[in-house]
Formats: sequence, structure tokens, C-alpha cells
Amino acid sequence: MLRTGLLRECWQFRGFIGASVRRDFVSRYLGTQLGWFWAVAQPLAMILIYTLVFAEIMKPALPGHESKFAYSIYLCAGILLWQLFSDLIIRSVAVFVHNAGLLKKVNLPKLALPIIVALSGLASFAVVSALFLAFLVSVGSFPWPAILAIVPVVVLVVALAMGLGVFLGTINVFYRDVEQSTSMLLQFWFWLTPIVYPGRAVPEAFATVLAWNPFWPIVSFAQTVFLDNRAPDWSSLVYPTLVAAALLLLGLVAFRRLSGEIVDEL
Amino acid sequence: MGYLRVRDLGKAYKRYPHKWRRLAEWVGLGAHHDVNWVLRDVNFDVAPGEAVGIIGANGAGKSTLLKLLTGTIRPTTGAFETGGRVAALLELGIGFHPEFTGRQNVRMAGHILGIPSESIDSLMSEIEAFAEIGDYVDQPVRTYSSGMQVRLAFSVATAVRPDILIVDEALSVGDAYFQHKSFDRIRQFRDLGTTLLFVSHSPAAVKTLCDRAILLDHGQVLRDDSPDAALDYYNAMIAAQRADYQIRQTEAETGRTTTRSGTAEASIVDIELLCVGVPVRALHSGDSTTVRITLEVRAAVADLTAGILIRDRFGNDIFGTNTFHLGMNRTNVAAGERMIVEFVFPSFDLGAGSYSLTAALHSHEVHTASNFDWWDRAVVFQVVRKSGPLTIGVCALQVAARWCALDEETAAPRPVSGTSPPVREKLGNEN
Repeated sequence: MLRTGLLRECWQFRGFIGASVRRDFVSRYLGTQLGWFWAVAQPLAMILIYTLVFAEIMKPALPGHESKFAYSIYLCAGILLWQLFSDLIIRSVAVFVHNAGLLKKVNLPKLALPIIVALSGLASFAVVSALFLAFLVSVGSFPWPAILAIVPVVVLVVALAMGLGVFLGTINVFYRDVEQSTSMLLQFWFWLTPIVYPGRAVPEAFATVLAWNPFWPIVSFAQTVFLDNRAPDWSSLVYPTLVAAALLLLGLVAFRRLSGEIVDEL
Repeated sequence: MGYLRVRDLGKAYKRYPHKWRRLAEWVGLGAHHDVNWVLRDVNFDVAPGEAVGIIGANGAGKSTLLKLLTGTIRPTTGAFETGGRVAALLELGIGFHPEFTGRQNVRMAGHILGIPSESIDSLMSEIEAFAEIGDYVDQPVRTYSSGMQVRLAFSVATAVRPDILIVDEALSVGDAYFQHKSFDRIRQFRDLGTTLLFVSHSPAAVKTLCDRAILLDHGQVLRDDSPDAALDYYNAMIAAQRADYQIRQTEAETGRTTTRSGTAEASIVDIELLCVGVPVRALHSGDSTTVRITLEVRAAVADLTAGILIRDRFGNDIFGTNTFHLGMNRTNVAAGERMIVEFVFPSFDLGAGSYSLTAALHSHEVHTASNFDWWDRAVVFQVVRKSGPLTIGVCALQVAARWCALDEETAAPRPVSGTSPPVREKLGNEN
């Protein structure tokens, strides 16, 4: 009953999910005067800082890319995906705890909450991506048609993040330490992924360890698409896909086993 | 439509001696929790259109029961079945977001309640009108008073008549005017066939609104009866708890549990106040009541008297007697005998209030001669007024009233009215 029921229930609440995504998106900037500006200003500021700080240092590390925007493009490709990834994880981890008031008062399919997180995360991602794409068009390096290969990559990032997020989010209801440690661990993870620095700069000894990082092939795939305007070897995504599938399964199993106790513990 | 069937419903929360034990359990290192039952073996049926009140002290499990029935928490045992759409108003609000306007929140709540968006739009003006919050409907909910939030929440929850309406004590927050208004709507729904489940601490609300009341205590159904009967029982129960509290208080004040004195040839083992054979700490005035004293004779005594004394809460003697005066003394009692003496009151006509019971064992007429055991304030109990005419004071004398005219010839009073209840039956042959 539960297996098919989980998703069917969520579908019945699609009105709620849609309204929540809109509301979530609006509420991030509600009460601010400039509203939408902040939606793009923050990622923009970060990209600007990294570009200004690292562009000079990193230029020689990206051989074969003569464009003065090469490093900016490389950086943005990685940071955009990373932001989507970390945003989804951070918010999924807290999703049940933060919605305690709602869960205790209203009978909702709990899985609708992470779905809302995923959709609203994607909405923010779309805004920032549009900005990035506009930038690519303006500097004349829009990677058509290779950019289509990005779509499955985004799906993969969402799957990876939601699998991990639902698993950690369920555990977080019982051990709030999870929420505290997540953002810290994500910082380590960020710097253990070649986003700011090129993958080739990683020493051999570290590279074998970093190869376990499922996010590396994903970022590297996107960087190649945007920088070289070609879809790289798809087989590089097999490992992250397997990890994502395993994490989704783990997340759902944990959620199903503990969902009855979630409201008891909130 | 609108029926509710609850079978063996129970809810237990897991308690872990240490947080890490839960983790140990998850990874399969055996069970480490004990369970805390907050609701157990709850069984009842509600027919369509019936209005049922849920009453009980704090922590009796009322809210837990409602949360189970609305589906926000999952039952540990048992199951329930509901017919039709359930609308619930639990605690304060229905998950309003403080930063959004009333209107936006209404739309959201509509989605949660499963009302299609088009219907919400057409219902909006009616919801606004009923909530009577004026221009506030376009202000963020954080600027609302708690009363306004409840008004809006109630208006949304009841915008479409549900088959089953579950109302927690939310309504007690609103002002008197809105309470009236919302009770009117609830009554209207009930008349149209909505089944109502209603938690309240207000006896008046339960009495006027409900056909039935379920009394919960420590997670179990204690009484499923007419509102009057269940409320009476509940009041007696509270009174008993208050009495227990009073005992503890007395203990704290005097620094000792009881005053025992005597030479111990015979001693009191236990004193109980029984109502229909059941030990009680609270009873209705006029109930048939028995005081049972269990005693043990330690040394042979020639003459044994058992006595009782009832005092009010100020310590004034209200009533007392003993077996000597009742002509029921025992003589030549052998050592080692354990016996019971009962004082039977066909009608315990004390007025409402708190009383203490003192018992004594001695010889002959009064305890000053030879006092075996004197147990001061052995039992503190509460007497609750029975429905009927109000009387005050420590005794509830049987009384009736009638109006008379003076017969001019004989100068004797002649009744001109009937006699008032409740003792009309007993006086019947006089008229």
C-alpha cells in the first residue's frame, strides 16, 4: 500500500506542492525591497569574487583555452551545479524539522515536502542559469547543441542531492546534529571537488582518492560541455548514476521505516 | 457518509534510555526502547450526524486521539475508519505562514484541505465575511492577533461542510462573539448531517452541542455515555484528584502523614469509602455509601468498639457515631483475629465539599476509657453535588417547598401549590 501510495498521495497534493513552490520561492525574498534582485545578486557576487581573485592565478592552468572568459565559464559551470546540489541537500536535511508545525497540524504526505524543496531549488537554479546562459550568448560562446547534454546532468544532480537529502533529513529528525554538521561537511566536499581549481592540478596521490567523489565526474562533464562545446564520454556518468540510485534507495528505505515516528519525534 | 468506527486504537511513544540506543536499534543491535502508552484500547462508533464530545483532564489523551483520527500521527495498534471528508481544526491555526497575507494563506489552506483552487476563489468572499477580519485579510498573518488567526482558520476549515468535523480546543481562543458565531455554524452543520467530534473543557459547550460524551483518562475510555452522565463522572474524578492533592498538601503542612495514637491491642489496617462496592475518594451527595474498616486484634480484648468521625475541611465535627451506640459492640475478642466492620449509609447526605474521615477502636462508650487505635484523617474525600436543587452547607437534607394559605376558620395552613421536586414522591400522600 505504501509503495504506490507514497507517490499517489503526493500527486493528490499537487495543488499544495505547486502553491508551496511558488510560496517558497517568493518567501525567500519577501520582506526585502529589491526582491528578485537578491535572487541573482548572491550567486553573481560569488562568481565575481572567484573570477577576480583566481582568474589571474588559474589562467595558466587551463591550457588550450585562450578566451579571457575561459576561467569564468569553467568556474560558473561548476558553481552553478554545486549550488543546486548543496542548496537541495541543506534544505532537505532540515525539511521535516522546519515544517514541524505543519506536519503536526495537518495530514499531508510527508514526501511532498522534499518534492517542494527539489522543485523550488530547481526554480532558483533556472533563474541563475538563465543569467549564465545570457552571459555565454553575450560573449559568443553559447555551447549549442552540446548544452542539451546538461539536462540529464541536472537530473543526476537532483537525484544525488535528494537521495542524500531525504536520508539525512529523516535521520535529522532524531539526531539534530546532522543538520549542524551538513553545511560544514559540504564545505569540505566543495573544496574536494575541482570546481575552483582544475582537475589536472590535483596531484596523482590525491586524484585516486578524489576519484571516489561522485560529484567530480558530474562537474567535469558540465565543464567540458561549456568550455569545449562538446558532450564528453557519457560513460563517466555511470559511477555517479549508480551512487545516486543507491542514495535514493537508501533515502526512501530510511524514510519508509521511520516516517511513522517522524511526527512523534517533532 | 460521516460515520466513524474506532477499533482497539492505541498510541505508544518510544522512549530510549539514551539517544544512542535508537541508533543501536536501527543497525539491528536489538530493541532498546520501552513504550509509553498515551492511548490504549480505544473503541467507539459514531453514527453519521452524531455529535460526540471528548472530555478528560490534561494528558488524558484527547489531543492524541484527535491527531490520530486526522491522520497527523500514526496509530501503534488498532485502526479506524472514517466515511467521507474530514475537516480538522487542531490547536491554533492550520499551519499558516506568518509572512503571507491572510488571503494567500487561505488559498494554501484550501489546497491542504483538498478544496480545488476554483472553489477557493468562489468561497473567498464568504470566508472573508465569516472571519470578519476586514482589511487584515491582505496583511501578513504575523500582524494578526491569535483571535484573528483562529477566526480565519475556522472560516477556511468550515468553508465547505465536511462529513466529519473535528474541533480541538481552538475555539476557546476566540472572543465570546465569535464563539457564538462558530457554535452556530457547527450546530448548523450538525443539523445538516455533519458528524462532530469535539474536544472541550467547557461543560456547557459539550452539554448543548453533543449527543454523547466520551471521558478519557490516562489514555483509556472511562465512560461513553450521555454528556450529563459523563460530565458528572468527570467532575467527581477531578474532585477526587483535588482531594488527593489536598491530602498531600496536608501531609506537607503538618509534616506527618496521619495522627495515629493508641495502645495497639487492636489496630486499624485499612479504611475505605465504598460506593456500590467500589472504593472511592469522591461521591455524590445522597449516594448509598459504606465505610469499611479492616482491623486486627493483637491482644484479647473484653469489649471492642469501632467508631467513625467525619470532619469538614476546617476540622469541625460533622458527624460521628460508633458501634457501642449502634448496639453492635463485640465482646471477648480473641487475639489474632482479623475482622471488618462496616458502617452503611443508605443515603450519604453530606453537602458538597471536602471532608475527612477519622476512625477509632476502643472499649465501651468513648475512646477516653481505653484507646486501642485512633487514626486521624485516615481518608480525605470529596462530596459532589448531585443534579437537583442547589443547597449549601455541610449537610444535604432532604427538602421540598410548598406555598400555603392560612385557613381563616381553623387558622391552620392549607397547601395551595404542589410540593417541589425532588421529594414530592416521598411526600405524595400528604397532598
